[in-house]
Amino acid sequence: MSKSSDQPGAPLGWESLPRKIVTVYTPLILFIIVLLFPFYWMTITTLKPNNELYNYKDFNPLWVHSPTLANVKKLLFDTDYPQWLMTTMGVAAAATIISVISSVLAAYALQRLRFRGSNWVGLAIYLAYLVPPSILFIPLATMVFQLGLFDTPWALILTYPTFLIPFCTWLLIGYFKSIPYELEECALIDGASRLQILRRITLPLAVPGLISAGIFAFTLSWNEFIYALAFIQSSEKKTVPVAVLTQLVQGDDYQWGALMAGALFGSIPVALLYSFFVEYYVSSLTGAVKE
Amino acid sequence: MSNAVREGVLPIAEAHPWRFTTREPTPLARLFDNKTFLVVMCLTPAVGLLVVFLTYPLGLGLWLAFTDAKIGRSGVFVGLDNFDSLFHDRIFWLSVTNTLFYTAAATVGKFGLGLWLALLLNHNIPFKSLIRAIVLIPWIVPTVLSAIAFWWIYDPQFSIISYLLKAMGIIDYNIDFLGTPWHARLALVAANIWRGIPFVAISLLAGLQTISPSLYEAAMLDGASSWARFRYVTLPMLMPVLSVVLTFSVLFTFTDFQLVYAITRGGPANATHLMATLAFQRGIPGGQLGEGAAIAMAMIPFLVAATLFSYFGLARRRWQQGEADE
Repeated sequence: MSKSSDQPGAPLGWESLPRKIVTVYTPLILFIIVLLFPFYWMTITTLKPNNELYNYKDFNPLWVHSPTLANVKKLLFDTDYPQWLMTTMGVAAAATIISVISSVLAAYALQRLRFRGSNWVGLAIYLAYLVPPSILFIPLATMVFQLGLFDTPWALILTYPTFLIPFCTWLLIGYFKSIPYELEECALIDGASRLQILRRITLPLAVPGLISAGIFAFTLSWNEFIYALAFIQSSEKKTVPVAVLTQLVQGDDYQWGALMAGALFGSIPVALLYSFFVEYYVSSLTGAVKE
Repeated sequence: MSNAVREGVLPIAEAHPWRFTTREPTPLARLFDNKTFLVVMCLTPAVGLLVVFLTYPLGLGLWLAFTDAKIGRSGVFVGLDNFDSLFHDRIFWLSVTNTLFYTAAATVGKFGLGLWLALLLNHNIPFKSLIRAIVLIPWIVPTVLSAIAFWWIYDPQFSIISYLLKAMGIIDYNIDFLGTPWHARLALVAANIWRGIPFVAISLLAGLQTISPSLYEAAMLDGASSWARFRYVTLPMLMPVLSVVLTFSVLFTFTDFQLVYAITRGGPANATHLMATLAFQRGIPGGQLGEGAAIAMAMIPFLVAATLFSYFGLARRRWQQGEADE
């Protein structure tokens, strides 16, 4: 990798502006263009009328000449899209609440109560994060069927915590570690019970961690695909990612305008959430790696 | 403030007579102060959910792999029959080599480009946090939805890539991205790299920021070239983070399902099936639960190897930070 000239030792080195333009700004701009292009293309396609969509000769495909909301209107009023959005939101919220509550308690027990074998339980939970959904969905499908949960939101609400709890627990253990233990000892001496300590001292101090865990769990549930594909059958109960792929694609005649509108509108909620909590995402992403 | 206090006289008379007022804790409160009980209470929801919906299905999957279970009927034990038939199944072996190629190519691409991007972001640049936020977007949005956008980008007739290359005069025909096996495989790898760069770049950036600038200064005083600084300072210091990120990336690329299912569904003619998509196709729409489970279980040896790698990577990191091994 020849980019080694751009080290953070820069204050000592010399980096003239023209040199920096070639070695830093140009590649950076190219990266940003490539990373954002699919979203631009999604948006552009959503806004294009059909005659422009398939006519590259008369219209430059990189721009919309006569924008229309026909695709959006079709998506919102001719399909079950609003229903899918509500289902996804409900499932994601329920799975998030269950996971965050269980994870807070587990992280508190593992990091603060420190019982014999707590390291092993912690390791087991970490290993659970390494079990990917793609090897679990077949046995889970038979379980879901036997429990009578097939084609109900509960099939998703109960299975999503399997990948949310390990992640959130490790995130919260990291946060609890950063809270001084002395605060809890003081409270203990003042006669507070363990539950009071958790509720009055540890949790309020761990609020940033709770927000991180919550928005992360919500995003991961929103984006989940394979369980939702395998466990849900009826159209109106599907989540957005699955429904866009299975319900909007019919036969070989792809309605690219409506498909792109579906993809765009399914991305916007998480993108909005992300834009409000960017720092939490970045810190939990990097924190989870460093833990 | 009372006069007595202001004049420095202790307000003895005003003090309340001391009484032993501590309430007896209720049995319930005492129960919650029992540490064993508290530990059990706190761990039950998380461990319970994980055991029921993760550990048990893992075991059940192992069992199903040795049965001829189909949808709607529980199977009987058939020994190694599923693995035997997979062993002679050319599509299965194609999916194995596809998965290995996909993982290797995508990982190399993701880490090469991700490390480059991390190094670029580690400069003093304006709007740094905004750029960092923008870079993460592909990782935030649902994979399937961006995969659908790639599907449209790879359209045989209206691909924007073909259009741009034609406009630049590089080619004079439309590239059939998803029509031939190798085009489709490379197209999937490209989409996976696109999806993976942000995670790698932002994680490695966090690692880069922990490297003390004084190390670079010392290396520069010793006359180290920029390549030497990268090779002997940046890389070794980045290794712990790199090994963890690499493990996660390999793990999730190897078991990837969404991208392939959304863009090619294993086509053309089963040429791009990964093990996960083949397991799904045989197991759920095909109804052969036993065979699907056997394919899924065949991924486990690879995952165990990746996990061990992660474990030793983590252990090494603790040692490097000067912390005791727990």
